[in-house]
Amino acid sequence: MTIQTPNGFTLDNSGKRVVVDPVTRIEGHLRVEVNLDKDNVIRNAVSTGTMWRGIEVILRGRDPRDAWAFTERICGVCTGTHALTSVRAVENALKIAIPENANIIRNLMQLTLQVHDHLVHFYHLHALDWVDVVSALKADPKATSALAQSISPWPLSSPGYFKDLQIRLTKFVESGQLGPFKNGYWGHPAYKLPPEANLMAVAHYLEALDFQKEIVKIHTVYGGKNPHPNWLVGGVPCAINIDGTGAVGAINIERLNLVSSIIDQSIAFVEQVYIPDLIAIAGFYKDWLYGGGLSSTSVMSYGDIPEYANDYSDKSLQLPRGVILNGNLKEIHPIDLEAPDQVQEFVTHSWYKYPDEARGLHPYDGVTEPNFKLGPATKGTKTDIEALDESAKYSFIKAPRWKGNAVEVGPLARYIIGYAQGKAEFKEPTDKLLAALGVPVTALFSTLGRTAARGLECQWAAQKLRYYQDKLVANIKAGDLATANTDKWLPSSWPKEAKGVGFTEAPRGALAHWIKIKDTKIDNYQCVVPTTWNGSPRDPQGNIGAFEAALMNTPMADPNQPLEIIRTLHSFDPCLACSTHVMSPDGQEMATVTVR
Amino acid sequence: MTTLVLGIGNILWGDEGFGVRAVEALHRGYVLPNDVTVMDGGTQGLYLVQFVTAADRLLVFDAIDYGLAPGTLKIVRDGEVPKFTGAKKMSLHQTGFQEVLSAADLLRRYPGKLALVGCQPLDLENWGGPLTAPVRDTIAPAVDAALAILSEWGVPATPRATAEDGGLLAHDIDFLAYERRAVG
Repeated sequence: MTIQTPNGFTLDNSGKRVVVDPVTRIEGHLRVEVNLDKDNVIRNAVSTGTMWRGIEVILRGRDPRDAWAFTERICGVCTGTHALTSVRAVENALKIAIPENANIIRNLMQLTLQVHDHLVHFYHLHALDWVDVVSALKADPKATSALAQSISPWPLSSPGYFKDLQIRLTKFVESGQLGPFKNGYWGHPAYKLPPEANLMAVAHYLEALDFQKEIVKIHTVYGGKNPHPNWLVGGVPCAINIDGTGAVGAINIERLNLVSSIIDQSIAFVEQVYIPDLIAIAGFYKDWLYGGGLSSTSVMSYGDIPEYANDYSDKSLQLPRGVILNGNLKEIHPIDLEAPDQVQEFVTHSWYKYPDEARGLHPYDGVTEPNFKLGPATKGTKTDIEALDESAKYSFIKAPRWKGNAVEVGPLARYIIGYAQGKAEFKEPTDKLLAALGVPVTALFSTLGRTAARGLECQWAAQKLRYYQDKLVANIKAGDLATANTDKWLPSSWPKEAKGVGFTEAPRGALAHWIKIKDTKIDNYQCVVPTTWNGSPRDPQGNIGAFEAALMNTPMADPNQPLEIIRTLHSFDPCLACSTHVMSPDGQEMATVTVR
Repeated sequence: MTTLVLGIGNILWGDEGFGVRAVEALHRGYVLPNDVTVMDGGTQGLYLVQFVTAADRLLVFDAIDYGLAPGTLKIVRDGEVPKFTGAKKMSLHQTGFQEVLSAADLLRRYPGKLALVGCQPLDLENWGGPLTAPVRDTIAPAVDAALAILSEWGVPATPRATAEDGGLLAHDIDFLAYERRAVG
C-alpha cells in the first residue's frame, strides 16, 4: 500500500520486509523495520524503541534540588546535560538567578561534554560504519604515513608507527577476541576507503580512546568528580580559592592551569586529527549522500551556552535557537517551551494511553500510562514480534511535535539553523568544508552531513572552551569569586506552587525538562529528550519521524548486511539504549537481521 | 598495585541497579587502602576505560543474566569475565562492559587480575522500581564475596566504625533514600 505523508514522503510497504533488531535474548532498545522495492531501495521505514518512561513516578514527592541526581542516571552519556537541564528547570520555576561564574563554569562543563561526546561518537561509535578494519590489515604502512602527513601536521605519522599498529591489529583480529572489531560487515561493498585510509583511521580510533580521558578531567575539576559530577541549584558546587593549595575541591590556580592545558590539547587533537580525518573519509563518500530525511525541511534547536548569566534570549545563546519548517531557510520560527500549543507529545502510535489520543499533550500536563497492544496486521506474538503493524501503536517512544511538525534535532539541525541565520562561526567552517570536498550546500542534508556537522561542532566547542576558560580567569582576577546564589536555597523561601522549564542542547540534540513544584516537593516532572524527537513514531497526521525519514529511499547493497541502515541511525548519535549490536547467548555481539 | 572496585548498572531500572548498590554497600561498610578506588560506574560504558586501564586489579559488581534462579550469586574470574558482563546493555552506546575490557586490551593496559561478582536479576524492566527481594538479599553475600577476593589479592578491608557522611551516592539517590516510596 502506498501512503503519502503530510511531511512529504511516499511510503510503500508492499515490498520485502527487513527487520534489523538488536533484540535477541533481551528485549528492548531500538528496532528498525524497512520495506525494500525490487531494487533493494528502502520505501518504508518503521522505527521502534523502548525508552525510559515515567520519570515522574520516581521523582514525584522528592526534593526539587535533588532532581538532577536522578535525571543524571537516565542516560549513560548525557549525564551532565540532564543534570544541567534539571537545575535550570528548578531555577526557572523558583526564579533563582545564578552568578556569572556559575554560568561560565556550566558552559565549560557543557562544552567539555560536547567535545568529549562528539569525539567518542565519531571514533568509537560511528567510524566503523565508514571504516573497514579488516581492510586496514592490507594497507602499506609507508603509503599510510604519506597519506597522514599529506593531510595533517599531527606528529604520530611515521611508517614505523603505522606498521607497529598494523601488527597489533592483525594479532587482535586473528585472536578472535570479543571486541569492537568483532561484529562489523567487513568487506561490505558500502565501504569505500582504500586500505591506507582505513589504517590511519584505526590508528586515530586508538589515539582518541586514549586521549578522551584527558578531556573529562575538566569535569573532575569543575564538577568535583567523574563519573557523575556534582551539580547545584543556584550555581555550581565548587568554591574558588585562587591561592589555595590544599583545599579539597576548590578551584585554585593549579587546577585552572590544568584545565587550560587540557583545552589546548583538545583543540590540537580536534584540529589536527578529527577534522582532517573527517575530510579525508568524507572525500571517499561524497557520492553516498543518502540519509538526509527531515534535515532539508524541518529542524529545531533550543539553543544553549548563554553568554550572559540568566539570559536565555537568542542574543545570549551561542548555539542557535529556532525552528525551520518546510525547508524555508529564510524564516526561523521562535520557540516558546511553555506555550501549550508548541511542544506536544502524541501517542496514537505509541504504547501509551491518553484520554483523547487525537490530541497531543504539553509536557506540563504530560501523562505516561503504558498501553501495550499490537495492531491487527502484526506478524508474530506479543513476546515474539516478527513484523510490526505501523498503522497501529508500535513504539514505547512518544511522538513529540513542534506545532504539529516532526523535526530533526542535533548538530546538523544546529548548523543548518546557524547557517541560515548567517552566523559566521557556523557558516564559514561549513562553507570551507563543503569547498574542500567540492560539494554543494545541499550535500549537508545527508547522513554524511550529520556526521560532518558533529565534527565541525566539536571544533567550535573546543574553541569556545578556550574562550570561556579565559573569561573565567579574567573574572576571578577582577575579584569575582561568587559561584552560587543561596538566597532561595531554603524551601521556606519558595512559593506554594511553581512551575518551570529548563533546556539545553545535548550533544545529540534539543533537551528540555518541565517541572511542577507543589508544597516544596516535585508534583510533576517530564523530560523530552533528543532521541524522542529523532526516534519518534508516526503522529496522528501520519508524519514520520527523523529516523524513519532518514532511512527512506536509501539503496541497500545487501539486505542481509544492513550497513547502510546502521550508518544512518548511528549518525544521529541516538541515546536510547540504541544498540544495533546486541549480545547473543554466548556473549558475542551481533545484530540480528531478518529478511521476510 | 592499584585496585579498582567498580559497580555498574542503572539504578533506575529495577535489578539493573545491583552493581551500583553492591559497591555502595561495600563502601558504606568498609574502609579500603588508598591504592584502592571504589567507584559507582553507573552506565558510563566506554567512558570507564581510563579507570580500567589504570588498574592492576579489577573487581566488578554487575547484574548478569546467567539464566539461574533470581538472586543467585556467581563469581567469575580473569579470562572468563569478558564473556559475562552486562545483563542488559544499559550503557546506552552499545558499549557493554565487554567492550570496555577489549578497549583496555587494545590499549595494551589490561588489568592483571579480574573478578566479577555477578547476581542473577529477576526484573530488569521495572523502570523506577526497587531491587527485587532476591537481589536485595544478595547484596550482603556479594560484599562478603568481594571482601574474600580482595583479601586473596592482599587488599585489607577495615569495617567502618560509623557510617560515613554522604556515602558513595548522595542527593537522595543512595539506596535507602531511593527506595523509600515517595509520599504525597
